[in-house]
Amino acid sequence: MKQLKELDWKPMALVPALALIALPLTGSPSTWLTLTVAGLAMGMIVFIIASGLTLVFGLMDVLNFGHGVFIALGAFVATTVLASMGSYTTADSLWLNLMALFPAMLVAMAVAGALGLAFERLIIRPVYGMHLKQILITMGGMIIGEELIKVFWGPEQIPLPLPEALRGSILLGDAAVAKYRLLAVLVGGAVFAAMVWTLNRTKVGLLIRAGVQDREMVESLGYRIKRLFVGVFVAGSALAGLGGVMWGLYQETVTPQMGHQVNVLIFIVIIIGGLGSTLGALIGALLVGLMANYTGFLFPKVALFSNIALMVAILLWRPQGVYPVTSR
Amino acid sequence: MLNRLLSNDLPRSRWLAALLLVLFLGLAFAPFLFPGVKALNVAAKVLIFIALVASFDLLLGYTGIVSFAHTMFFGIGAYGVAISLNAAESPSWAALGFGVLAALLVSLVLSLVIGLFSLRVKAIFFAMITLAVATAFLTLASQLSDFTGGEDGLSFSVPELLTPGFTLMEEPLQTPLGEVDLNGRFITYYLIFGTVTAIFLTLLRIVNSPFGRVLQAIRENDFRAEALGYRTVVYRTLSNVLSASFATLAGCLLAIWLRYNGPDTSLSFEIMLDILLIVVIGGMGTMYGAVIGSVLFVLAQSYLQDLLRLAGGATEGLPLLPALLTPDRWLLWLGVLFVLSVYYFPSGVVGKLRERAARPPRARPAGGAASPAQPTARRP
Repeated sequence: MKQLKELDWKPMALVPALALIALPLTGSPSTWLTLTVAGLAMGMIVFIIASGLTLVFGLMDVLNFGHGVFIALGAFVATTVLASMGSYTTADSLWLNLMALFPAMLVAMAVAGALGLAFERLIIRPVYGMHLKQILITMGGMIIGEELIKVFWGPEQIPLPLPEALRGSILLGDAAVAKYRLLAVLVGGAVFAAMVWTLNRTKVGLLIRAGVQDREMVESLGYRIKRLFVGVFVAGSALAGLGGVMWGLYQETVTPQMGHQVNVLIFIVIIIGGLGSTLGALIGALLVGLMANYTGFLFPKVALFSNIALMVAILLWRPQGVYPVTSR
Repeated sequence: MLNRLLSNDLPRSRWLAALLLVLFLGLAFAPFLFPGVKALNVAAKVLIFIALVASFDLLLGYTGIVSFAHTMFFGIGAYGVAISLNAAESPSWAALGFGVLAALLVSLVLSLVIGLFSLRVKAIFFAMITLAVATAFLTLASQLSDFTGGEDGLSFSVPELLTPGFTLMEEPLQTPLGEVDLNGRFITYYLIFGTVTAIFLTLLRIVNSPFGRVLQAIRENDFRAEALGYRTVVYRTLSNVLSASFATLAGCLLAIWLRYNGPDTSLSFEIMLDILLIVVIGGMGTMYGAVIGSVLFVLAQSYLQDLLRLAGGATEGLPLLPALLTPDRWLLWLGVLFVLSVYYFPSGVVGKLRERAARPPRARPAGGAASPAQPTARRP
């Protein structure tokens, strides 16, 4: 990953390059700015969700197809919490709104994390090291989770309106930039910073990075990597819950199927980034977010295919993703 | 003769052989044994699922790769026939044939491209990439409404010989089991029966050929297979292409039988889940598992929903239970069944029956009882 002698800058240049290519195509700079901020916001949300999945894969070689459940669960918990906060969300005061939003995010993360603990114990632990069964079992877990959400919240889509002060947009010159998207970029940036700090500056982070590189060596030095893995899995689930809340607010509705829809995006992201690489996941997420917004504006019908085309192009260039993790 | 037909892959269990014989006879004489429109519909659905699941088993059970795009190829077949017959002025055999061929061509190219791309690197990529492509395809099919009919789907008419209005004989045929109308549905049923039998025997031939042995070697240990000089990419891609083509044919049959096609009937993710469940229940890595699994599943599909309705009615008034036990939540129970069968029942019905048959009459302590020729539970 990053312990190459110098930083591998080429993949990082892809994000601004994609934005620059889109500039002449979108026509006016103000539209471009709106789309770019939307793309960055979407990318940041997708990154929050994808980071957990890619670490889980890197650390334990577990591919979790059920990650989408945590996304949907987080979003549904947030609808309940926000509905119970009542006046805090309708008041036209940013502070009151945030006072409602942050508890909602925290509760969603806690619930998703708790489910993650149960999911790891019941679904994933019995099938360590068996890829085929993992794919099948976690897919089954995803279906069960989705149906249970339907049992508790009903099968219809539920509106998740933005709090009052976060609606509308700010004018930057001619360009209208939605306030919530700026918030999403800020939260995403904060999560990324916290993650980089944890991974690079703490002992746990050191162990995680070492575990991704070579699990057996870390184990032979006396660390229980399985326990570490449970922690990473729970943290990843909680982050997916947080991402679910943000994704739900971004779309302003939540459906039980949303986990499945977002899952597809996330797979594309972690394949682009290289399975197991956090920085790669960030680049992949930003690329996918930007691409989805540009093509959604230019050619609405092929938006999802554009992301697949992007993935194919990246794989042609680097078959293991932009930042391949060694020994895998 | 029978041995050759079954490519030397006999059931190897008396119970399994008897079961298969009953199912074969039941399906072969379904129009005579189970008169009525609904029963014939169920029988045709079983047949189509047998072809679909057997082709998926070539991929999952024999090659050991998970694809979530199998319904996409199924859908391509169904849409090929639907679009071609819908666009033709009169429903002719030429239009039908064109639809089938065009669908096969599209599937061939698509599966080749997907295979070469994602199987080159790592089998695990394949699962994710197929999921992404299949989702994109589903979205596309429901959005291009000029071409595919969108969410509403396409209704079309089939060549006259296959329409319910066509009669072979004025009088219903008198048989010892009752009377049977010799109409177009009857002919269509036997067209499907014949095609599915041919597909099944071909697949059986493929998996028991030297090519099939290489696929199984790749499943067991791809590194070793590569070291022995087999290009695993080529074999995996070929297996993917073959499996996709047979799924396309199954899709064509579905469209001919229903005379309608839409995203929900052939492309939905739910069908993909059904296929996975059938393969696991029937037994991965055995073609016969597809037959047993399909019959069990299609019967359970209607039966379980009725049962849930009863259970939901019985538990009315209790908290939460009625919400869990409505027929709407039957996918939940399917999911639970799926997870449990992957854990506790990985070799499926066929695997269990064969294990029993291979055990000598006075069972020695468990383990080591399987004969060398016996494929034991597979390890992914």
